Amino acid sequence: MNSNTLDFEKPINELEKKIEEMKEYEDNLDIREEIEKLEEKVITLKKNVFKNLTRWQRVQLARHPERPYTLDYIYLMTEDFIELHGDRTYRDDKAIIGGFAKIDEYKVMIIGQQKGRDTKSNVLRNFGMANPEGYRKALRLMKLAEKFNKPVITLIDTPGAYPGLEAEQNGQAEAIARNLLEMSRLKVPIIVVIIGEGASGGALGIGVGDRILMLENTWYSVISPESCSSILWRSWDYKEQAAEALKLTAEDLLELKIIDRIIPEPLGGAHKDHKLMAVTLKEVLKEELENLVKVKPEKMLQNRIEKFGKMGAYTE
Amino acid sequence: MGFFTRSKQNISPDSQKREVPDGQWVKCKECEEIIHVKQLELHSWVCHKCGYHFRIGSEEYIQLLFDKGTFKESNKKMRSVDPLGFVDTKKYSDRISASIKKTGLNDAVRTGIGKIDGNKVSFACMDFKFIGGSMGSVVGEKIARAIDKAYDQKIPMIIISQSGGARMMEAALSLMQMVKTSSRLARLADAKIPYISVLTDPTTGGTTASYAMLGDVNIAEPTALIGFAGPRVIKETIGRDLPEGFQRSEFLEEHGFIDLIVERKDMKEKLSHLIGYMT
Repeated sequence: MNSNTLDFEKPINELEKKIEEMKEYEDNLDIREEIEKLEEKVITLKKNVFKNLTRWQRVQLARHPERPYTLDYIYLMTEDFIELHGDRTYRDDKAIIGGFAKIDEYKVMIIGQQKGRDTKSNVLRNFGMANPEGYRKALRLMKLAEKFNKPVITLIDTPGAYPGLEAEQNGQAEAIARNLLEMSRLKVPIIVVIIGEGASGGALGIGVGDRILMLENTWYSVISPESCSSILWRSWDYKEQAAEALKLTAEDLLELKIIDRIIPEPLGGAHKDHKLMAVTLKEVLKEELENLVKVKPEKMLQNRIEKFGKMGAYTE
Repeated sequence: MGFFTRSKQNISPDSQKREVPDGQWVKCKECEEIIHVKQLELHSWVCHKCGYHFRIGSEEYIQLLFDKGTFKESNKKMRSVDPLGFVDTKKYSDRISASIKKTGLNDAVRTGIGKIDGNKVSFACMDFKFIGGSMGSVVGEKIARAIDKAYDQKIPMIIISQSGGARMMEAALSLMQMVKTSSRLARLADAKIPYISVLTDPTTGGTTASYAMLGDVNIAEPTALIGFAGPRVIKETIGRDLPEGFQRSEFLEEHGFIDLIVERKDMKEKLSHLIGYMT
Protein backbone atom coordinates (compact mmCIF):
# COMPACT_ATOMS: atom_id res chain seq x y z
CA MET A 1 0.00 0.00 0.00
CA ASN A 2 1.10 3.55 -0.81
CA SER A 3 2.78 5.12 2.24
CA ASN A 4 0.77 8.30 1.66
CA THR A 5 -2.50 6.52 2.40
CA LEU A 6 -4.42 7.94 5.35
CA ASP A 7 -5.91 5.50 7.86
CA PHE A 8 -9.49 6.07 6.81
CA GLU A 9 -8.55 5.71 3.15
CA LYS A 10 -7.14 2.19 3.64
CA PRO A 11 -10.28 0.11 3.05
CA ILE A 12 -11.06 2.21 -0.04
CA ASN A 13 -7.60 1.88 -1.49
CA GLU A 14 -7.48 -1.85 -0.78
CA LEU A 15 -10.70 -2.36 -2.66
CA GLU A 16 -9.54 -0.19 -5.55
CA LYS A 17 -6.33 -2.19 -5.76
CA LYS A 18 -8.26 -5.42 -5.87
CA ILE A 19 -10.40 -4.11 -8.73
CA GLU A 20 -7.27 -3.12 -10.65
CA GLU A 21 -5.87 -6.64 -10.19
CA MET A 22 -9.10 -8.25 -11.35
CA LYS A 23 -9.17 -6.04 -14.44
CA GLU A 24 -5.89 -7.59 -15.53
CA TYR A 25 -7.59 -10.98 -15.83
CA GLU A 26 -10.81 -9.63 -17.26
CA ASP A 27 -10.01 -10.74 -20.83
CA ASN A 28 -9.41 -14.35 -19.84
CA LEU A 29 -12.00 -14.87 -17.16
CA ASP A 30 -15.64 -13.97 -17.07
CA ILE A 31 -15.51 -11.69 -14.02
CA ARG A 32 -16.98 -8.49 -15.46
CA GLU A 33 -20.05 -8.74 -13.30
CA GLU A 34 -17.99 -9.17 -10.16
CA ILE A 35 -15.86 -6.16 -11.04
CA GLU A 36 -18.92 -4.01 -11.56
CA LYS A 37 -20.27 -5.10 -8.20
CA LEU A 38 -17.02 -4.20 -6.50
CA GLU A 39 -16.91 -0.84 -8.28
CA GLU A 40 -20.34 -0.03 -6.93
CA LYS A 41 -19.22 -1.17 -3.51
CA VAL A 42 -16.20 1.13 -3.55
CA ILE A 43 -18.37 4.12 -4.44
CA THR A 44 -20.74 3.37 -1.56
CA LEU A 45 -17.78 2.92 0.77
CA LYS A 46 -16.25 6.23 -0.31
CA LYS A 47 -19.54 8.03 0.12
CA ASN A 48 -19.95 6.62 3.61
CA VAL A 49 -16.41 7.39 4.73
CA PHE A 50 -16.45 10.91 3.29
CA LYS A 51 -19.89 11.73 4.62
CA ASN A 52 -18.71 11.33 8.19
CA LEU A 53 -15.25 12.86 8.16
CA THR A 54 -14.09 14.46 11.39
CA ARG A 55 -12.51 17.88 11.29
CA TRP A 56 -9.10 16.37 11.95
CA GLN A 57 -9.56 14.00 8.99
CA ARG A 58 -10.29 17.03 6.79
CA VAL A 59 -7.04 18.56 8.00
CA GLN A 60 -5.26 15.35 7.01
CA LEU A 61 -6.86 15.43 3.56
CA ALA A 62 -5.91 19.09 3.13
CA ARG A 63 -2.31 18.06 3.75
CA HIS A 64 -2.40 14.94 1.61
CA PRO A 65 0.97 14.76 -0.16
CA GLU A 66 -0.69 13.75 -3.43
CA ARG A 67 -3.07 16.71 -3.52
CA PRO A 68 -2.80 19.10 -6.46
CA TYR A 69 -0.68 22.15 -5.61
CA THR A 70 -0.72 25.65 -7.10
CA LEU A 71 1.47 24.78 -10.10
CA ASP A 72 -0.68 21.71 -10.86
CA TYR A 73 -3.76 23.92 -11.06
CA ILE A 74 -1.92 26.44 -13.20
CA TYR A 75 -0.87 23.72 -15.66
CA LEU A 76 -4.26 22.01 -15.67
CA MET A 77 -6.51 25.07 -15.83
CA THR A 78 -4.62 27.86 -17.59
CA GLU A 79 -2.76 28.53 -20.82
CA ASP A 80 0.29 30.65 -21.63
CA PHE A 81 1.38 30.98 -18.02
CA ILE A 82 4.34 33.33 -17.66
CA GLU A 83 5.93 33.10 -14.23
CA LEU A 84 7.30 36.37 -12.86
CA HIS A 85 9.99 36.36 -10.19
CA GLY A 86 11.25 38.47 -7.33
CA ASP A 87 10.24 41.33 -5.05
CA ARG A 88 12.60 43.86 -6.73
CA THR A 89 14.23 44.49 -3.38
CA TYR A 90 15.79 41.40 -1.92
CA ARG A 91 15.29 38.09 -3.70
CA ASP A 92 12.87 35.62 -5.26
CA ASP A 93 10.91 33.56 -2.74
CA LYS A 94 10.12 30.15 -4.21
CA ALA A 95 7.42 29.46 -1.62
CA ILE A 96 5.09 31.88 -3.42
CA ILE A 97 4.80 31.82 -7.18
CA GLY A 98 2.89 34.02 -9.55
CA GLY A 99 2.46 35.29 -13.07
CA PHE A 100 0.13 36.08 -15.94
CA ALA A 101 -2.10 33.30 -17.23
CA LYS A 102 -5.18 32.75 -19.36
CA ILE A 103 -8.28 30.95 -18.12
CA ASP A 104 -10.09 30.58 -21.42
CA GLU A 105 -11.07 34.13 -22.40
CA TYR A 106 -9.92 35.68 -19.10
CA LYS A 107 -6.40 37.06 -18.73
CA VAL A 108 -5.51 37.04 -15.05
CA MET A 109 -2.70 37.33 -12.52
CA ILE A 110 -2.49 34.08 -10.61
CA ILE A 111 -0.53 33.85 -7.34
CA GLY A 112 -0.21 31.04 -4.82
CA GLN A 113 1.89 29.28 -2.23
CA GLN A 114 3.76 26.30 -3.64
CA LYS A 115 4.62 23.17 -1.65
CA GLY A 116 7.15 20.55 -2.74
CA ARG A 117 6.55 16.84 -3.37
CA ASP A 118 9.90 15.45 -2.22
CA THR A 119 12.76 16.51 0.04
CA LYS A 120 14.55 18.43 -2.68
CA SER A 121 11.54 20.38 -3.90
CA ASN A 122 10.38 20.96 -0.34
CA VAL A 123 13.72 22.56 0.48
CA LEU A 124 13.38 24.75 -2.62
CA ARG A 125 9.79 25.68 -1.75
CA ASN A 126 10.41 25.87 2.01
CA PHE A 127 7.34 23.62 2.49
CA GLY A 128 5.15 26.43 1.18
CA MET A 129 6.15 28.77 4.03
CA ALA A 130 6.88 32.19 2.61
CA ASN A 131 9.35 34.80 3.86
CA PRO A 132 8.57 38.55 3.75
CA GLU A 133 9.99 38.77 0.22
CA GLY A 134 7.36 36.25 -0.89
CA TYR A 135 4.53 38.48 0.34
CA ARG A 136 6.23 41.50 -1.22
CA LYS A 137 6.55 39.69 -4.55
CA ALA A 138 2.86 38.82 -4.36
CA LEU A 139 2.00 42.46 -3.73
CA ARG A 140 4.20 43.63 -6.61
CA LEU A 141 2.39 41.25 -8.95
CA MET A 142 -1.00 42.40 -7.69
CA LYS A 143 -0.04 46.01 -8.34
CA LEU A 144 1.07 44.96 -11.81
CA ALA A 145 -2.32 43.37 -12.37
CA GLU A 146 -4.02 46.55 -11.16
CA LYS A 147 -1.96 48.66 -13.54
CA PHE A 148 -3.14 46.66 -16.53
CA ASN A 149 -6.62 46.01 -15.20
CA LYS A 150 -6.38 42.22 -14.85
CA PRO A 151 -8.23 40.28 -12.14
CA VAL A 152 -6.17 38.55 -9.44
CA ILE A 153 -6.62 34.94 -8.39
CA THR A 154 -4.79 33.69 -5.30
CA LEU A 155 -4.45 30.03 -4.36
CA ILE A 156 -3.75 29.46 -0.68
CA ASP A 157 -1.88 26.40 0.56
CA THR A 158 0.50 27.04 3.44
CA PRO A 159 1.28 25.66 6.91
CA GLY A 160 2.08 29.30 7.84
CA ALA A 161 4.43 32.18 7.20
CA TYR A 162 7.99 31.07 7.87
CA PRO A 163 8.95 31.68 11.52
CA GLY A 164 12.68 32.15 10.90
CA LEU A 165 15.29 34.58 12.12
CA GLU A 166 15.76 36.32 8.77
CA ALA A 167 12.00 36.44 8.25
CA GLU A 168 11.65 38.45 11.47
CA GLN A 169 14.64 40.62 10.65
CA ASN A 170 13.18 41.45 7.24
CA GLY A 171 9.75 42.29 8.62
CA GLN A 172 7.43 39.30 8.24
CA ALA A 173 4.73 41.12 10.18
CA GLU A 174 5.10 44.34 8.16
CA ALA A 175 4.97 42.44 4.85
CA ILE A 176 1.73 40.67 5.77
CA ALA A 177 0.17 43.82 7.26
CA ARG A 178 1.04 45.81 4.12
CA ASN A 179 -0.63 43.18 1.93
CA LEU A 180 -3.83 43.30 3.98
CA LEU A 181 -3.99 47.06 3.59
CA GLU A 182 -3.09 47.14 -0.10
CA MET A 183 -5.28 44.19 -1.09
CA SER A 184 -8.27 45.84 0.56
CA ARG A 185 -7.93 48.78 -1.85
CA LEU A 186 -6.65 47.05 -5.00
CA LYS A 187 -8.82 48.30 -7.86
CA VAL A 188 -9.22 44.96 -9.67
CA PRO A 189 -11.30 41.93 -8.66
CA ILE A 190 -9.59 39.44 -6.34
CA ILE A 191 -10.74 35.83 -5.98
CA VAL A 192 -9.17 33.84 -3.14
CA VAL A 193 -9.27 30.03 -3.13
CA ILE A 194 -8.07 27.85 -0.27
CA ILE A 195 -6.79 24.76 -2.06
CA GLY A 196 -5.13 23.02 0.89
CA GLU A 197 -3.95 24.49 4.17
CA GLY A 198 -4.91 27.99 5.21
CA ALA A 199 -2.80 28.62 8.27
CA SER A 200 -3.13 31.96 9.94
CA GLY A 201 -1.45 35.21 8.84
CA GLY A 202 0.67 33.29 6.37
CA ALA A 203 -2.49 32.41 4.45
CA LEU A 204 -4.21 35.76 5.00
CA GLY A 205 -1.18 37.57 3.55
CA ILE A 206 -2.58 36.73 0.09
CA GLY A 207 -6.13 36.16 1.34
CA VAL A 208 -8.06 39.43 1.05
CA GLY A 209 -10.55 39.46 -1.80
CA ASP A 210 -14.04 39.96 -3.19
CA ARG A 211 -14.85 36.26 -3.16
CA ILE A 212 -13.35 33.74 -0.74
CA LEU A 213 -13.76 30.12 -1.80
CA MET A 214 -12.69 26.86 -0.20
CA LEU A 215 -12.25 23.43 -1.66
CA GLU A 216 -14.31 20.85 0.19
CA ASN A 217 -11.46 19.18 2.08
CA THR A 218 -9.36 22.11 3.22
CA TRP A 219 -8.88 24.05 6.43
CA TYR A 220 -8.49 27.73 7.30
CA SER A 221 -7.89 29.13 10.77
CA VAL A 222 -5.87 31.32 13.06
CA ILE A 223 -3.55 28.49 14.07
CA SER A 224 -2.86 24.84 13.22
CA PRO A 225 -4.57 22.24 15.43
CA GLU A 226 -1.17 21.01 16.62
CA SER A 227 0.06 24.44 17.74
CA CYS A 228 -3.31 25.18 19.30
CA SER A 229 -3.06 21.92 21.25
CA SER A 230 0.44 22.72 22.44
CA ILE A 231 -0.55 26.15 23.71
CA LEU A 232 -3.99 25.58 25.22
CA TRP A 233 -3.60 21.97 26.35
CA ARG A 234 0.17 22.26 26.90
CA SER A 235 0.64 19.03 24.97
CA TRP A 236 0.82 17.99 21.32
CA ASP A 237 -1.70 15.20 21.93
CA TYR A 238 -4.96 17.15 21.61
CA LYS A 239 -4.85 18.02 17.93
CA GLU A 240 -8.14 16.24 17.20
CA GLN A 241 -9.94 18.19 19.93
CA ALA A 242 -8.24 21.39 18.84
CA ALA A 243 -9.40 20.82 15.25
CA GLU A 244 -12.97 20.36 16.52
CA ALA A 245 -12.81 23.46 18.74
CA LEU A 246 -11.32 25.68 16.01
CA LYS A 247 -14.20 24.95 13.58
CA LEU A 248 -11.81 25.17 10.67
CA THR A 249 -13.52 23.30 7.81
CA ALA A 250 -15.12 24.78 4.71
CA GLU A 251 -18.59 23.98 6.08
CA ASP A 252 -17.80 25.72 9.38
CA LEU A 253 -16.49 28.82 7.67
CA LEU A 254 -19.43 29.04 5.30
CA GLU A 255 -21.73 28.94 8.31
CA LEU A 256 -19.67 31.66 10.03
CA LYS A 257 -19.99 33.73 6.82
CA ILE A 258 -16.23 33.97 6.42
CA ILE A 259 -16.23 32.26 3.03
CA ASP A 260 -18.66 32.59 0.14
CA ARG A 261 -18.65 29.17 -1.42
CA ILE A 262 -17.48 25.58 -1.10
CA ILE A 263 -16.08 23.92 -4.21
CA PRO A 264 -16.82 20.17 -4.29
CA GLU A 265 -13.91 17.76 -4.67
CA PRO A 266 -13.95 14.48 -6.59
CA LEU A 267 -15.25 11.61 -4.48
CA GLY A 268 -12.37 10.48 -2.25
CA GLY A 269 -10.64 13.88 -2.33
CA ALA A 270 -8.85 16.17 -4.78
CA HIS A 271 -5.79 13.88 -4.85
CA LYS A 272 -7.85 11.09 -6.44
CA ASP A 273 -8.40 13.03 -9.66
CA HIS A 274 -6.31 16.13 -10.29
CA LYS A 275 -7.84 16.72 -13.68
CA LEU A 276 -11.44 16.64 -12.53
CA MET A 277 -10.57 18.90 -9.57
CA ALA A 278 -8.89 21.42 -11.87
CA VAL A 279 -11.79 21.40 -14.32
CA THR A 280 -14.26 21.99 -11.49
CA LEU A 281 -12.19 24.87 -10.10
CA LYS A 282 -11.77 26.37 -13.55
CA GLU A 283 -15.52 26.42 -14.17
CA VAL A 284 -16.15 28.02 -10.78
CA LEU A 285 -13.50 30.68 -11.38
CA LYS A 286 -14.97 31.55 -14.78
CA GLU A 287 -18.40 31.92 -13.26
CA GLU A 288 -17.06 34.14 -10.46
CA LEU A 289 -15.00 36.22 -12.88
CA GLU A 290 -17.97 36.75 -15.13
CA ASN A 291 -19.91 38.24 -12.22
CA LEU A 292 -17.07 40.29 -10.75
CA VAL A 293 -15.91 42.04 -13.90
CA LYS A 294 -19.37 43.57 -14.21
CA VAL A 295 -19.11 45.40 -10.86
CA LYS A 296 -17.87 49.00 -10.94
CA PRO A 297 -14.48 49.38 -9.17
CA GLU A 298 -15.74 51.89 -6.54
CA LYS A 299 -18.66 49.66 -5.67
CA MET A 300 -16.40 46.62 -5.60
CA LEU A 301 -14.02 48.25 -3.11
CA GLN A 302 -16.87 49.40 -0.92
CA ASN A 303 -18.31 45.88 -0.94
CA ARG A 304 -14.90 44.43 -0.09
CA ILE A 305 -14.44 46.62 3.00
CA GLU A 306 -18.02 45.94 4.13
CA LYS A 307 -17.61 42.21 3.60
CA PHE A 308 -14.78 41.98 6.12
CA GLY A 309 -16.39 44.63 8.30
CA LYS A 310 -19.29 42.27 8.97
CA MET A 311 -17.10 39.41 10.18
CA GLY A 312 -17.06 38.86 13.93
CA ALA A 313 -19.48 38.29 16.79
CA TYR A 314 -20.08 40.48 19.84
CA THR A 315 -22.74 41.98 22.03
CA GLU A 316 -23.07 45.54 23.32
CA MET B 1 2.95 28.52 12.94
CA GLY B 2 0.08 30.57 14.34
CA PHE B 3 0.08 33.87 16.03
CA PHE B 4 -0.21 32.56 19.45
CA THR B 5 2.58 30.09 19.25
CA ARG B 6 4.22 30.68 22.59
CA SER B 7 3.11 28.75 25.61
CA LYS B 8 2.29 30.99 28.50
CA GLN B 9 5.33 30.31 30.64
CA ASN B 10 7.49 31.40 27.73
CA ILE B 11 6.11 34.86 27.13
CA SER B 12 9.71 35.93 27.66
CA PRO B 13 10.42 34.81 31.20
CA ASP B 14 11.92 38.10 32.37
CA SER B 15 8.89 40.15 31.46
CA GLN B 16 6.02 37.97 32.50
CA LYS B 17 5.04 39.74 35.67
CA ARG B 18 5.62 43.34 34.76
CA GLU B 19 2.22 44.51 35.86
CA VAL B 20 2.30 46.56 38.99
CA PRO B 21 1.19 44.29 41.81
CA ASP B 22 -1.00 45.35 44.69
CA GLY B 23 0.70 46.75 47.72
CA GLN B 24 2.81 49.80 48.32
CA TRP B 25 6.26 48.65 47.29
CA VAL B 26 7.42 46.97 44.08
CA LYS B 27 10.71 45.60 42.93
CA CYS B 28 12.14 46.58 39.53
CA LYS B 29 12.45 43.47 37.38
CA GLU B 30 15.61 44.76 35.81
CA CYS B 31 17.77 46.27 38.58
CA GLU B 32 15.81 44.97 41.61
CA GLU B 33 15.44 48.46 43.05
CA ILE B 34 12.62 48.67 45.58
CA ILE B 35 10.29 51.47 44.52
CA HIS B 36 7.22 52.95 46.19
CA VAL B 37 4.11 52.78 43.97
CA LYS B 38 3.45 56.51 44.27
CA GLN B 39 7.00 57.24 43.19
CA LEU B 40 6.67 54.86 40.27
CA GLU B 41 3.47 56.57 39.18
CA LEU B 42 5.21 59.95 39.29
CA HIS B 43 7.86 58.52 36.97
CA SER B 44 5.33 57.24 34.38
CA TRP B 45 5.77 53.69 35.70
CA VAL B 46 9.43 53.70 34.69
CA CYS B 47 12.20 52.70 37.09
CA HIS B 48 13.95 55.91 38.15
CA LYS B 49 17.22 54.03 38.56
CA CYS B 50 17.57 51.91 35.39
CA GLY B 51 14.85 53.17 33.07
CA TYR B 52 12.98 49.87 32.97
CA HIS B 53 9.43 50.38 31.63
CA PHE B 54 6.90 48.53 33.79
CA ARG B 55 4.03 47.07 31.81
CA ILE B 56 0.96 49.29 32.24
CA GLY B 57 -2.58 49.22 30.89
CA SER B 58 -5.03 51.48 29.08
CA GLU B 59 -6.01 53.34 32.26
CA GLU B 60 -2.43 54.47 32.86
CA TYR B 61 -1.84 55.40 29.21
CA ILE B 62 -5.00 57.49 29.12
CA GLN B 63 -3.83 59.26 32.27
CA LEU B 64 -0.36 59.81 30.81
CA LEU B 65 -1.33 61.03 27.37
CA PHE B 66 -4.58 62.94 27.53
CA ASP B 67 -5.31 66.45 28.72
CA LYS B 68 -7.06 66.06 32.04
CA GLY B 69 -10.71 65.10 31.81
CA THR B 70 -10.86 65.17 28.01
CA PHE B 71 -10.97 61.45 27.24
CA LYS B 72 -14.41 59.99 26.51
CA GLU B 73 -14.62 56.26 26.12
CA SER B 74 -16.91 54.63 23.54
CA ASN B 75 -18.40 51.16 23.10
CA LYS B 76 -17.48 50.42 26.69
CA LYS B 77 -19.99 47.60 27.00
CA MET B 78 -19.03 45.58 23.97
CA ARG B 79 -18.29 41.97 24.90
CA SER B 80 -17.41 38.69 23.25
CA VAL B 81 -20.21 36.16 22.78
CA ASP B 82 -18.09 33.01 22.36
CA PRO B 83 -19.28 32.46 18.77
CA LEU B 84 -17.73 29.00 18.39
CA GLY B 85 -18.63 27.58 21.81
CA PHE B 86 -14.90 27.09 22.23
CA VAL B 87 -13.68 24.67 24.89
CA ASP B 88 -10.10 23.64 25.63
CA THR B 89 -9.09 22.84 29.19
CA LYS B 90 -11.58 25.57 30.13
CA LYS B 91 -14.62 27.05 28.46
CA TYR B 92 -13.87 30.27 26.60
CA SER B 93 -17.02 31.81 28.09
CA ASP B 94 -15.61 31.10 31.57
CA ARG B 95 -12.26 32.60 30.62
CA ILE B 96 -14.03 35.77 29.52
CA SER B 97 -16.10 36.05 32.71
CA ALA B 98 -13.01 35.44 34.84
CA SER B 99 -11.00 38.04 32.92
CA ILE B 100 -13.77 40.60 33.20
CA LYS B 101 -13.95 40.01 36.92
CA LYS B 102 -10.19 40.10 37.40
CA THR B 103 -9.41 43.14 35.28
CA GLY B 104 -12.59 45.21 35.44
CA LEU B 105 -12.36 45.47 31.64
CA ASN B 106 -14.79 44.03 29.11
CA ASP B 107 -12.16 43.03 26.56
CA ALA B 108 -8.57 43.66 25.53
CA VAL B 109 -8.98 47.15 24.06
CA ARG B 110 -10.44 50.49 25.10
CA THR B 111 -11.29 53.16 22.57
CA GLY B 112 -12.47 56.74 22.62
CA ILE B 113 -11.78 60.35 21.76
CA GLY B 114 -9.72 62.83 23.76
CA LYS B 115 -7.33 65.74 23.51
CA ILE B 116 -3.55 65.64 23.46
CA ASP B 117 -2.20 69.17 24.05
CA GLY B 118 -5.48 70.45 22.71
CA ASN B 119 -5.47 68.22 19.60
CA LYS B 120 -8.51 66.02 19.28
CA VAL B 121 -7.57 62.40 18.48
CA SER B 122 -9.31 59.06 18.13
CA PHE B 123 -7.56 56.57 20.37
CA ALA B 124 -7.37 52.83 21.01
CA CYS B 125 -5.27 51.18 23.69
CA MET B 126 -4.92 47.45 24.23
CA ASP B 127 -4.62 45.73 27.62
CA PHE B 128 -2.29 42.77 27.88
CA LYS B 129 -3.84 41.66 31.15
CA PHE B 130 -7.07 40.69 29.36
CA ILE B 131 -6.38 37.22 27.85
CA GLY B 132 -2.88 38.25 26.79
CA GLY B 133 -4.15 41.30 24.93
CA SER B 134 -5.45 38.95 22.29
CA MET B 135 -7.44 40.24 19.34
CA GLY B 136 -10.87 38.72 18.80
CA SER B 137 -14.10 40.13 17.37
CA VAL B 138 -14.48 42.80 20.06
CA VAL B 139 -10.96 44.17 19.66
CA GLY B 140 -11.31 44.19 15.87
CA GLU B 141 -14.72 45.85 15.89
CA LYS B 142 -13.83 48.51 18.46
CA ILE B 143 -10.63 49.43 16.65
CA ALA B 144 -12.46 49.54 13.30
CA ARG B 145 -15.07 51.89 14.77
CA ALA B 146 -12.38 54.08 16.32
CA ILE B 147 -10.74 54.37 12.89
CA ASP B 148 -14.12 55.25 11.39
CA LYS B 149 -14.46 58.04 13.96
CA ALA B 150 -11.06 59.40 12.95
CA TYR B 151 -12.21 59.21 9.34
CA ASP B 152 -15.59 60.88 9.90
CA GLN B 153 -14.26 63.65 12.13
CA LYS B 154 -10.98 64.04 10.22
CA ILE B 155 -8.90 63.70 13.37
CA PRO B 156 -5.66 61.70 13.85
CA MET B 157 -5.77 58.04 14.91
CA ILE B 158 -3.46 56.64 17.59
CA ILE B 159 -3.34 52.96 18.56
CA ILE B 160 -1.26 51.59 21.43
CA SER B 161 -0.64 47.89 20.91
CA GLN B 162 0.15 45.35 23.59
CA SER B 163 -0.88 41.91 22.46
CA GLY B 164 0.02 38.27 22.03
CA GLY B 165 -1.77 38.24 18.66
CA ALA B 166 -5.07 36.98 17.33
CA ARG B 167 -7.30 35.22 19.88
CA MET B 168 -7.34 31.46 19.34
CA MET B 169 -10.75 30.94 20.91
CA GLU B 170 -12.45 32.85 18.11
CA ALA B 171 -10.32 31.11 15.50
CA ALA B 172 -10.95 32.31 11.93
CA LEU B 173 -13.13 35.18 13.18
CA SER B 174 -10.11 36.58 15.02
CA LEU B 175 -8.00 36.22 11.90
CA MET B 176 -10.50 38.26 9.91
CA GLN B 177 -10.20 41.16 12.37
CA MET B 178 -6.76 41.74 10.87
CA VAL B 179 -8.43 42.51 7.54
CA LYS B 180 -11.28 44.45 9.13
CA THR B 181 -8.86 46.85 10.85
CA SER B 182 -6.30 47.09 8.02
CA SER B 183 -8.96 47.83 5.40
CA ARG B 184 -10.29 50.70 7.52
CA LEU B 185 -6.74 52.02 7.84
CA ALA B 186 -6.47 51.92 4.04
CA ARG B 187 -9.50 54.18 3.79
CA LEU B 188 -8.04 56.49 6.45
CA ALA B 189 -4.77 56.68 4.52
CA ASP B 190 -6.62 57.50 1.28
CA ALA B 191 -8.25 60.42 3.11
CA LYS B 192 -4.77 61.60 4.21
CA ILE B 193 -5.60 61.40 7.90
CA PRO B 194 -2.59 60.56 10.07
CA TYR B 195 -2.27 57.28 11.94
CA ILE B 196 0.38 56.77 14.59
CA SER B 197 1.04 53.27 15.92
CA VAL B 198 2.67 52.85 19.33
CA LEU B 199 4.08 49.39 20.02
CA THR B 200 4.64 48.38 23.64
CA ASP B 201 5.81 45.22 25.36
CA PRO B 202 4.85 42.76 23.93
CA THR B 203 3.35 43.16 20.45
CA THR B 204 3.36 39.94 18.44
CA GLY B 205 1.44 37.77 15.97
CA GLY B 206 -1.63 39.03 14.16
CA THR B 207 -1.60 42.37 15.93
CA THR B 208 1.88 43.16 14.63
CA ALA B 209 0.89 41.72 11.24
CA SER B 210 -1.98 44.19 10.90
CA TYR B 211 -2.57 47.62 12.44
CA ALA B 212 0.51 47.77 14.68
CA MET B 213 2.89 47.84 11.68
CA LEU B 214 0.80 50.15 9.51
CA GLY B 215 1.40 53.54 11.11
CA ASP B 216 2.41 56.54 9.07
CA VAL B 217 4.80 56.64 11.97
CA ASN B 218 5.58 53.56 14.07
CA ILE B 219 6.78 54.33 17.60
CA ALA B 220 8.05 51.78 20.12
CA GLU B 221 8.74 52.00 23.83
CA PRO B 222 12.30 50.97 24.74
CA THR B 223 13.16 47.23 24.81
CA ALA B 224 9.61 46.08 23.96
CA LEU B 225 9.29 42.61 22.42
CA ILE B 226 7.94 43.10 18.89
CA GLY B 227 7.62 40.39 16.27
CA PHE B 228 5.48 38.09 14.21
CA ALA B 229 6.42 34.63 15.48
CA GLY B 230 7.32 34.17 19.13
CA PRO B 231 10.99 33.74 20.14
CA ARG B 232 10.52 30.12 21.23
CA VAL B 233 9.02 29.07 17.90
CA ILE B 234 11.83 30.76 15.99
CA LYS B 235 14.43 29.14 18.22
CA GLU B 236 12.88 25.72 17.62
CA THR B 237 12.66 26.37 13.87
CA ILE B 238 16.26 27.41 13.36
CA GLY B 239 17.70 25.13 16.03
CA ARG B 240 19.99 27.66 17.67
CA ASP B 241 19.89 30.45 20.23
CA LEU B 242 18.64 33.84 19.23
CA PRO B 243 21.03 36.79 19.24
CA GLU B 244 20.98 39.25 22.15
CA GLY B 245 18.29 41.87 21.70
CA PHE B 246 16.52 39.96 18.91
CA GLN B 247 12.95 41.21 18.33
CA ARG B 248 13.38 44.12 20.70
CA SER B 249 12.46 47.71 19.79
CA GLU B 250 16.10 48.65 19.11
CA PHE B 251 16.47 45.65 16.75
CA LEU B 252 13.30 46.62 14.87
CA GLU B 253 14.51 50.22 14.56
CA GLU B 254 17.89 49.08 13.27
CA HIS B 255 16.21 46.91 10.62
CA GLY B 256 13.90 49.64 9.47
CA PHE B 257 10.47 48.77 10.88
CA ILE B 258 10.20 51.32 13.67
CA ASP B 259 10.58 55.04 13.05
CA LEU B 260 11.63 55.94 16.54
CA ILE B 261 11.91 54.70 20.09
CA VAL B 262 10.34 56.98 22.65
CA GLU B 263 10.60 56.77 26.41
CA ARG B 264 7.29 56.84 28.15
CA LYS B 265 7.89 60.17 29.87
CA ASP B 266 8.36 61.80 26.44
CA MET B 267 5.50 60.02 24.67
CA LYS B 268 2.86 62.73 24.98
CA GLU B 269 5.22 65.45 23.74
CA LYS B 270 6.40 63.36 20.78
CA LEU B 271 2.86 62.43 19.76
CA SER B 272 1.82 66.05 20.03
CA HIS B 273 4.72 67.20 17.82
CA LEU B 274 4.06 64.50 15.22
CA ILE B 275 0.40 65.40 15.04
CA GLY B 276 1.49 68.99 14.46
CA TYR B 277 3.56 67.92 11.44
CA MET B 278 0.91 65.66 9.98
CA THR B 279 -2.16 67.87 10.20
